[in-house]
This record gives sequence, structure tokens and C-alpha cells, in this order.
Amino acid sequence: MATWDELALGMEAPERTVGPLTRTDFVRYQGASGDFNPIHHDEEFAQSAGYPSVFSVGMLQAGILASFATDWLGPDNVRGFGVQFREQVWPGDTLVCTGKVVDRKEGEGERTVDLELLVTRQGGGAAIKGWATFAVA
Amino acid sequence: MVDKNAIGAIDEPFMMEVERGKIREFARATMSHSPEYLEDPVPPIPPTFLTTVAFWTPPGESVFAKVKMDLRRLLHGGQEYRFFGPPPKAGTKLTVQTRVADIYEKEGKRGGTMTFVVTVTEFTDETGKVVAEARSSAIETGKPATKEGE
Repeated sequence: MATWDELALGMEAPERTVGPLTRTDFVRYQGASGDFNPIHHDEEFAQSAGYPSVFSVGMLQAGILASFATDWLGPDNVRGFGVQFREQVWPGDTLVCTGKVVDRKEGEGERTVDLELLVTRQGGGAAIKGWATFAVA
Repeated sequence: MVDKNAIGAIDEPFMMEVERGKIREFARATMSHSPEYLEDPVPPIPPTFLTTVAFWTPPGESVFAKVKMDLRRLLHGGQEYRFFGPPPKAGTKLTVQTRVADIYEKEGKRGGTMTFVVTVTEFTDETGKVVAEARSSAIETGKPATKEGE
């Protein structure tokens, strides 16, 4: 696990590419999470609502981004994680997760780093803008 | 159609038990490679795991149901989790309570009037300590929305 001294401002996480995402990935996440909104797996329902097809659950790509961050700095160390959803994610999309250290804080019993996180769709559109805070030894 | 009278509505608290198998399933679905989730017999929860509270919410009693959002026009705007120490581990029994913190409207560029619903959920462990807080922002669009309310 990266140490306080290694996590300098601007330090980047090793980039992760995920996908192409499938309808099966959406359904597996829906089963795991308990969000059964049919717009993510029922083609007829999605089209009747005006969408070209089903689309991913926002919380799936949020979870993929969270896994990217905890795989880097440690599942026990996370103290905060947040996302804003931007572009929707569609079947066949490939996602790239990136992140970097944007703040370092000492005090309150433990040292923490703040990360700026991003999920980008192939072609460059932002699917998710995120942040995270991790305690660092 | 969103019911603004739901602002301030607060759920009856209920219990959620953090389970190892559920953590493993969730970690795999979100493509984690961490042995802490997949191999440790007492794994911590992944950062967004508390979304599985959906499985523990008593039917018909969720404050979210009182808001009456239209699923065909529902978008998830944002979601945050804060942990006040290491995230809770498998075996923890959490007491869960959700309130509707805010409902407000904004004019979208392409999706018509958008209604934002902000809910806050507190998770308390067996010792009475609040160990996590979730903040969710849901959006009901004025018409079907594709990319960014297109």
C-alpha cells in the first residue's frame, strides 16, 4: 500500500480500463445491489421511455470507480467516496478510470489524502466525476 | 410526479446485517481485485456497498416511496458515502434511518424542468456509533433524458 511520503500532490493511480460493458454486467450489478429498475435490463421498457436501448446503472460505474480507488489505497482506509453522474453508459462502452492526489491533510487522529477521480468513456466523454478520501499510514 | 410534501419525512429505523457473501457478490459485480473483499473471512464493505440497503428496507415504508418519482424519467444525479473510521465489516448489524433532506427544481438545458430529491441515510453500529452516512441526489426529468438530459 502506498505510504504518506509516496502519495505526493499530483501522484496518479495506475489507470484501469474496464469493458466493453455488457448487459450481463448491468444485470449482475442489479442483482448484487438490489436496484431492479427495468430501464437497465428491459429493452422494451427502456425504448418505451424514449431511450435507444437499456443503459448501465450509474451506481455500477460508481462502484467500478470505488473498486479502482480501494484496490489502490486499501479497502479499510477509505473514509469518503462520492460521485456526480455525467454521461450515461451504454452496452459496449469501454471505461477508463483515472485518479490523482489533490490534497493531503494531517491531524484529527489520522493523515488523509483526497483524490480526484474520473470515469471516461471511449471517445473521451466523462461518465462520472468522483472524489475519495483515504487514511494513509 | 414528485410530492414536495415529502421534505422532512423520516423513516422508521430498521436493521441491516452486513454479510460476507453479499460483500463478495458486490465486490465481484463492481470488478474489484482486492483480497480484502474476496478472501478475508471478515471483509470490510466496499465504498458503495450500502446501496444494498434496498434489500433491508421494509416494503412500502421507504421515505423514497413517499416522494413518488416516475421511474421512466428518473436519473441518479449524485451519491456520496462518508465513513467515520474504517468501513464496517461483515457481521456488523447496522441500524438504518433515512430522511428526505431536500426537494428542489432546476431548469435543465435539454430535459425540461428537473426535480432534485436529496435523501440522507445514517448507519449506526451495535455500540450506537454512527459509522457511515449516505447522501443521494435523484433527478426526475421533465421528459425522457438521454446523455445529460439530451
